[in-house]
Amino acid sequence: MTAYNLTHIEELESEAIYVLREVASQFENPALLFSGGKDSIVVAYLARKAFSPAKIPFPLVHIDTGHNFPETIEFRDEFVKSINAELVIGSVQQSIDEGKVVEENGYNASRNLLQTTTLLDTIESYKFDAAIGGARRDEEKARAKERFFSHRDEFGQWDPKNQRPELWNIFNGRKSYGESFRVFPISNWTEMDVWQYILHEKIALPMLYFSHERESFVRDGVIMAATEFIQMKPEEVVEKRILRFRTIGDMTCTGATVSSAASIEEIIEEIAATRTTERGTRSDDKRSEAAMEDRKKEGYF
Amino acid sequence: MGMELLRFTTAGSVDDGKSTLIGRLLYDSKSIFEDQYEAIEETSKRKGDEHVNLALLTDGLRAEREQGITIDVAYRYFATPNRKFIIADTPGHIQYTRNMVTGASTANLALILVDARNGVVEQTHRHTFIASALGIPHIVFCINKMDLVDYEESVFIKIRKEIESFSSKLEVKDVRFIPISALHGDNIVNDSEHMPWYRGGTLLYLLENIHIGSDHNHIDCRFPVQHVIRPQSDDYHDFRGYAGRIAGGVFKRGDEVMILPSGFTSRIKAISNHNKELKEAFAPQSVCLTLEDDIDISRGDMIVRENNQPTIGQDVDVLVCWLNPRPMQPSGKYAVKHTTNDVRCIVKEILYKVDINSLHRVEDDKQVGMNDIARVRLRTTKPLFFDRYARNRITGSLILIDEGTNETVGAAMVI
Repeated sequence: MTAYNLTHIEELESEAIYVLREVASQFENPALLFSGGKDSIVVAYLARKAFSPAKIPFPLVHIDTGHNFPETIEFRDEFVKSINAELVIGSVQQSIDEGKVVEENGYNASRNLLQTTTLLDTIESYKFDAAIGGARRDEEKARAKERFFSHRDEFGQWDPKNQRPELWNIFNGRKSYGESFRVFPISNWTEMDVWQYILHEKIALPMLYFSHERESFVRDGVIMAATEFIQMKPEEVVEKRILRFRTIGDMTCTGATVSSAASIEEIIEEIAATRTTERGTRSDDKRSEAAMEDRKKEGYF
Repeated sequence: MGMELLRFTTAGSVDDGKSTLIGRLLYDSKSIFEDQYEAIEETSKRKGDEHVNLALLTDGLRAEREQGITIDVAYRYFATPNRKFIIADTPGHIQYTRNMVTGASTANLALILVDARNGVVEQTHRHTFIASALGIPHIVFCINKMDLVDYEESVFIKIRKEIESFSSKLEVKDVRFIPISALHGDNIVNDSEHMPWYRGGTLLYLLENIHIGSDHNHIDCRFPVQHVIRPQSDDYHDFRGYAGRIAGGVFKRGDEVMILPSGFTSRIKAISNHNKELKEAFAPQSVCLTLEDDIDISRGDMIVRENNQPTIGQDVDVLVCWLNPRPMQPSGKYAVKHTTNDVRCIVKEILYKVDINSLHRVEDDKQVGMNDIARVRLRTTKPLFFDRYARNRITGSLILIDEGTNETVGAAMVI
């Protein structure tokens, strides 16, 4: 009997694959939100496993803020080709050009909030009824309360106080016309689980995650990549640093850590010794204590 | 890589110190990051708290922090060198019992908190009953706030006796008791200096060492077909794979199997996980099966062994926990989700409600409202393939959905 035991990574993989297959079965037109970050790469990889040897039965959707690292975009295009998937791009620049959203100004300008509008518009115009994301419950305290199948009303809003109970491995994806779901197959994974899985499965990642030299500057204690997308303050100085990124988002809100970790093994070692959270380098979460909860209520995934 | 996963749920009444206990577990096992700790330190100071309020770690929603209560299930994660843990932290308020049921449904273990000053209260009975009804194999009672009763052994023993007399009437495999102080950290990660009379291990020691290897059913082969894989490519022209997560038993390549409801038999040709071929697979693995014969199989069918079949039927007796403010409608119709099957049902008969305090059957009041637990007879539109919940938590469970609102209104366990 003792032989029939799964390791925690195998059990988490099995759970995620089950959730992905449930999405394909319960929804007519799902999509996988793909940012080019490690979590969405892992989810896309799991989707490939879930439906193998068939193709992933839904497109990958990238909400492109126009402020991405060029390395992310390069990786995205290669990755999509390698798994023979379909790619849909929602452009924040287009939302700005069409006057649907107004670009923020000033030193802390970010397109992070604007992407919610583009995301909801993309979901609406393609009539996606489920959007799969790589969010994890360990990332942030509002996300700790999220279901695997997260119901959104016709405005894409999350109602945290009135979530559907989610029991056993039965997922209720029933909805009225116009409503949709966000689905999070790796809800139960931690940052460490994701890295261990990447190591175990030898999953390719954008080079941004590995130690490299880059022009950067420090703002509010966070190291930011020097880029034309950020308006620098007079006292801020650009310097070359050996660094890497723990998460990858927009260039305007993704902080780096000084690091010499150049392989997955070294990254795992580094994370095991780290005393700050992954999103501690994300300035978009620091706007207020409930920043994530508020964005999610409005439809941010 | 080789760690086991233990899922546990926590329950307690309001102010039993549940969030503090979890905060303490995370803090003492060094699973809290500096920036998280600084954030709650800051908030505690602002609110004028004497200690750093570890409860703030688990209260994620704005309303929770404002009211100082936990509203919804929060999931927390931590790991020790031996095990990885998923905590479903569930609120103690009576109106949120549905969340405890949610958290309990996937748990291997339940931590139930009892305030040493108050002893066993109505909520303790409710939580114990739910943990037992949801088939949680291990229940650990943490007698908390021992510091406020001078770490008296007699208090602990009195409470333990009271719980034992209640829990002996329930089906619980393994019951443990630990005297703790979550606030001061007694017997959480480190042995308590204040309670030399307690010789059992600390809570963390217990969590790390309790045997959970046999919590899954590896006897009765059950494979609910979740998704049929038919690649639209020349390389796999004739490929038909049956994807799903094994709900029970061990499936081996070459095994003779039967498909329900058709009753056709075939042999397992291959078991795979992407490009990995497996000789055998067991619960709770997600795999893809191919069969020797071309048989019409679709989602909702179940692959089993001919000599070990589940019950096949349209009449199902269940224990239902009601989760919605709108009471269960006698003779009402609901949508049902059971394994990968979607059917409809009618509530044929409400047999009795369970009085959670006395465990007596209540037969004269058959109004099943939110948080009530009742024995009910359902009639489904199509046959289901099910087992007793006590035998298999996957094939023995189903949810009821209100067809008007699409809300999950009932959690049911096959008796």
